[in-house]
Amino acid sequence: MKKNANRNSWLFLIIILIVFLVVFITNPEKGNKILLFYRHLLAQVLPILVLVYFILLATNYFIDNQKIKKIMLETSGFKIWLLTVLAGILSVGPVYMWFPLLKELKDKGLKDRYLAAFFYNRGIKIQWLPVLVLYFGLKYVLVLAFVMTLFSIPQGLLTEYFSKPKSIK
Amino acid sequence: MNPQKLQKSFKKTNNGMLKMLPLILGILLLVSMLNILVPKEIYVKIFTGNVIFDAFKGSLLGSILTGNPITGYVLADNFLKNGVSLVAVTAFLTAWVTVGIVQLPAEIYALGKRFALARNIISFLFSILVALVTVLILTIF
Repeated sequence: MKKNANRNSWLFLIIILIVFLVVFITNPEKGNKILLFYRHLLAQVLPILVLVYFILLATNYFIDNQKIKKIMLETSGFKIWLLTVLAGILSVGPVYMWFPLLKELKDKGLKDRYLAAFFYNRGIKIQWLPVLVLYFGLKYVLVLAFVMTLFSIPQGLLTEYFSKPKSIK
Repeated sequence: MNPQKLQKSFKKTNNGMLKMLPLILGILLLVSMLNILVPKEIYVKIFTGNVIFDAFKGSLLGSILTGNPITGYVLADNFLKNGVSLVAVTAFLTAWVTVGIVQLPAEIYALGKRFALARNIISFLFSILVALVTVLILTIF
């Protein structure tokens, strides 16, 4: 799955490059404009990528996915909601990396509501928040993260309700 | 600081960044092409100004397209600069990070068909609600 994702990224870039080359050959004037815009975008994004690199490095160093899993299995009650939210927000790496761990948690008895809420809070992506702030401002990011955290609870409960097999009478 | 752990973290981060790079470079080129080739009126035609429908369309777009967060942010920023409403852009952003159509087969395999379908459909609907509530709060405060 990991290799596929990597291959798809390259395939995506190659397809876009081919499309660009077609545009460039058929309309060099537009092609040059695209290149100028691209250079402008790169100049904007590259410093952000450097920032992202160090944030990812810090999260990779300080956050241990296995520890998150262990804590989630050992907690119950209100605390587990809190932990689910925090674990989701703090979890790093692509989602496919988490599937085996989540499957294990489900097999060990973790309810669907917590799994779904965990997934939803992953959307907040703490390591990317500084980048989101650069684009949309701190106020927007804080409000969005707050609303998403709130909605993660009904998201979990509803997912559990609809994913339960209905009994046949 | 644990030097071994730090080295492992560097390796993991370098690998992750290298994997993201083609996607980021590709999406930036795509955004550049969209900006130059697509007339601004197209955005106005797609996003008509109806809050609910625009949020629905934003959410649909965010669900279908995929990639790492930064590519979503760049696209969302581009939409906003082209006059798309904040509600639609927020729905797009929220769906981008919470709905996973591309990874659906893997999710079904790991967590079951009912769970994966229910989670994704509810995430899709919630991205519209989250967008509406977020923009409402931002408008009030």
